[in-house]
Amino acid sequence: MEAENMVHMANQIANFFASYPKEEAVAGVADHLQKFWEPRMRKQITEYVAHGGGGLHELAIEAVKRLH
Amino acid sequence: MALIQEADYGTPRRISETLVTLEIDGKPVTVPAGTSVMRAAAEVGVNVPKLCASDNMEPFGSCRLCLVEVEGRRGTPASCTTPVDQGMKVRTQSPKLAKLRLGVMELYASDHPREMLHGSGNGQTEFQEMAAAVGLREVRYGYAGKNHLHSEKDESNPYFTFDPAMCIVCSRCVRACEEVQGTFALTIDGRGFASVVSAGDKPFIESECVSCGACVQACPTNSLVEKRYVAKEAPDRSVVTTCAYCGVGCSFKAELTNDEVVRMMPYKAGKANHGHSCVKGRFAWGYATHKDRITKPMIRAKFTDPWREVSWEEAIAHAASEFKRIQAKYGRDSIGGITSSRCTNEETYLVQKMIRAAFGNNNTDTCARVCHSPTGYGLKTTLGTSAGTQDFDSVEAADVIMIIGANPTDAHPVFASQMKRRLREGAHLIILDPRRIDLVKSPHVEADYHLPLLPGTNVAIINALAHVVVSEGLVNEEFVKERCDLVAFEQWRKFIAEERNSPEAMEHAIGVPAADLRGAARLYATGGNGAIYYGLGVTEHSQGSTMVMGMANLAMATGNMGRKGVGISPLRGQNNVQGSCDMGSFPHEFPGYRHVSDTAVREQFEKAWHVTLQSEPGLRIPNMIDAAVDGTFKGIYIQGEDIVQSDPNTQHISSGLAAMECVVVQDLFLNETASYAHVFLPGASFLEKDGTFTNAERRISRVRKAIEPMAGLADWEATVALSNALGYPMHYNHPSEIMDEIARLTPTFAGVSFDKIDELGSIQWPCNDKAPEGTPVMHIGGFVRGKGLFMITEFVPTDERTTGKFPLILTTGRILSQYNVGAQTRRTDNNVWHDMDVLEIHPSDAENRGIKEGDLVSLASRAGDITLPARISERMQPGVVYTTFHHAMTGANVVTTEFSDWATNCPEYKVTAVQVQLARHMSEWQEHYLETRKQTTRIEKESTAND
Repeated sequence: MEAENMVHMANQIANFFASYPKEEAVAGVADHLQKFWEPRMRKQITEYVAHGGGGLHELAIEAVKRLH
Repeated sequence: MALIQEADYGTPRRISETLVTLEIDGKPVTVPAGTSVMRAAAEVGVNVPKLCASDNMEPFGSCRLCLVEVEGRRGTPASCTTPVDQGMKVRTQSPKLAKLRLGVMELYASDHPREMLHGSGNGQTEFQEMAAAVGLREVRYGYAGKNHLHSEKDESNPYFTFDPAMCIVCSRCVRACEEVQGTFALTIDGRGFASVVSAGDKPFIESECVSCGACVQACPTNSLVEKRYVAKEAPDRSVVTTCAYCGVGCSFKAELTNDEVVRMMPYKAGKANHGHSCVKGRFAWGYATHKDRITKPMIRAKFTDPWREVSWEEAIAHAASEFKRIQAKYGRDSIGGITSSRCTNEETYLVQKMIRAAFGNNNTDTCARVCHSPTGYGLKTTLGTSAGTQDFDSVEAADVIMIIGANPTDAHPVFASQMKRRLREGAHLIILDPRRIDLVKSPHVEADYHLPLLPGTNVAIINALAHVVVSEGLVNEEFVKERCDLVAFEQWRKFIAEERNSPEAMEHAIGVPAADLRGAARLYATGGNGAIYYGLGVTEHSQGSTMVMGMANLAMATGNMGRKGVGISPLRGQNNVQGSCDMGSFPHEFPGYRHVSDTAVREQFEKAWHVTLQSEPGLRIPNMIDAAVDGTFKGIYIQGEDIVQSDPNTQHISSGLAAMECVVVQDLFLNETASYAHVFLPGASFLEKDGTFTNAERRISRVRKAIEPMAGLADWEATVALSNALGYPMHYNHPSEIMDEIARLTPTFAGVSFDKIDELGSIQWPCNDKAPEGTPVMHIGGFVRGKGLFMITEFVPTDERTTGKFPLILTTGRILSQYNVGAQTRRTDNNVWHDMDVLEIHPSDAENRGIKEGDLVSLASRAGDITLPARISERMQPGVVYTTFHHAMTGANVVTTEFSDWATNCPEYKVTAVQVQLARHMSEWQEHYLETRKQTTRIEKESTAND
């Protein structure tokens, strides 16, 4: 997937959960990625964050760091 | 099954707690108060002769054939308009009555063609039956008197003829149009002998008639008669089945002559449609035997090669071999499949089973991805189950109907008729839609509020409505306290009460005055039973799932949940889109909406299917295409789905498919996706197989085979063959065995079987030990998830913004006569009404661009551009344009973009920034399409293009 599209999708998820207290929001984003993103997509975003995660919402970055 | 003749009780059923006992011809009968004598008689098997009465419309009392005698009363009252009384003694047969009836029939017959009495052509009419019943054989007056014999026939409608010479002016057609369909297109012009049925003094085809067929069905004389039907011999058997068009799921009797379907008659016992139909289900089924049907499997090495017809065995072996080769080379996850919402539950179940068990991954998805996937996410999160809460009949108890982003008269016409009936009875109506849809104002229906919001502001408006409920003390505190998660509720209450969510703060963004927002919110919250019905105008947005949760919040806050007349009801698009979701088509869920990571559930399936299953979610359709473009996804099996025409950003979809090494398409026709296929497996229409469909109200209905599969195999048999060839054995003798397996593995289907559906007619899931006959209304007494969960629904404007370059917003949708990608309806006479997609544009936007009605215009977005004719329409608001995607040549989805719902990737079809300009010729994409389509549909043996 194009990085721009991936960042857009992840930020949309983060924007939804941003209304919740931070810990709840990060957990919400991480849970969503874990449940709905196929492993190669999670791998791509994990690598993207490892390289700085440019353009990603801070909640998305923190959530990605919790993925397994 | 023999030809089914359903009983007609003459007048509608009445509901009353008071029961009345009377005698009909000496037979005692007890019926609810308000029942007509005619109906009471029919209840004990006494059929009073009638011509103007039918039990799907109110009594009229005009034909004077149903006269009876009542002991102690003078005269001979019409039994259809005479209500029963306690102790009444009715006589339906006497010499006096016989003479009166004979005289009436004789007068009717005297000024009409002789064949009307004696019959000609196909079967016996109701008029002829009545003539026989009263003993009329000849007319004493002859036929030379004043008559209507030379009236001109109206043959303008492609499906039926109106012959005034055969009309007895019983008004059944007029009343059917009013009471059953709710269109009011017909009337009686003139008086006395000059009275004539009229479609508004113009031919039917030019009138307001929507061709639902109710008038044809009601006509007792064949004055209104189906053209195709009269051209055939009388049918000799009926097969009760379920329509394969929209999510209403109407029951029909397929009537056959010598194993050829000659008519589709709406089935009165059908619980979704109660004997009504629309132009698609009633008339537009000719596609099933259209010359374009592909009936032989085909293969080719490259999609640019001509097709080569082969045997089923060779096609299946080739497909399996290719899939195995690709997996060996690129890995287990390099292939996947798409299940069809047009196929049966059993077929859908098998496809996802084959993908999970034989492919060994979870790369399965379905077309709900592009329509109602946010419904599943939003309702499961808030209520606990991925489906609508009500049955259709619930609308009969609704006091305030709120329609959001749906156009029922076009997309779900049979339910729209039921809804309009309730509106005519006095229910209030609120419509949230950027367009002025027909229900905003139509005969005897007018919305209390039409809130023409700007596309993309759904969440803003639902928050503003909820803000009014919270800030004006309209919350049903008792309901919330008893039924909902209070921590989440208080969190939500605090959020929604913030001033920034108020109508006054949001009116500019929404484009609707705050006063109207407040008025609508108050009406919904205080007007009695409030029922929300919604469509793709809710889901196909970047915040589609948020909006679904927002509606659930509003319904819970006002206590509009858990009983008849309330709830949230998605009007689902395709016939089996609910079923395809139920059957585990999504890449993260097994059948019954259970996540693949749930070890206990997974082990249950592993044990039953004798295979190890994956615990990670698979790829969604857009993910598959992205992965194909990236080079990691190389093969796909697509059953009954046309993603090239239906999915957004056509050029991206095409690129993804073109990058794959094996695309297998199973369909009735060489659809647009088949242009990129390497294997084509001929599909079977709904008339050619057994199974079940599940409609928008969770109703599981039988699909019954009326004719043999034209290609030799039903779709489920082809999937079984492919799975076997892949090395994962499947064996079923009949689709009922597949449903038995589904029931064993899916708690909400535990009590479902073909036998039980046959016994009950249809079943709404959940159907299990707790609800052995199904569940018409959900969440009674408690939500499926336990406590209802309020979710915070922050309004986040879409990133798809208008700019100087693209200053207008495009929203796409459907119309009555065509169905989705049009593969079926384009191959019927429905093209009379819509033979091309057009762009609806507001007069001011058109004028600013020098565009006149019918001009060819360019429609361009950042994704691509097409050309199509313009239609100037005040249904649109300035700044918003609209088109449909029914015709492949138009390529509407060339223009739509990759933006999608945050939770589900449902495309944002309803918001695309575009520019519209006058054009002189087709777009580059359209020219390229014509060229490549011709090349990719060649069949070697015949050397002719197919479409």
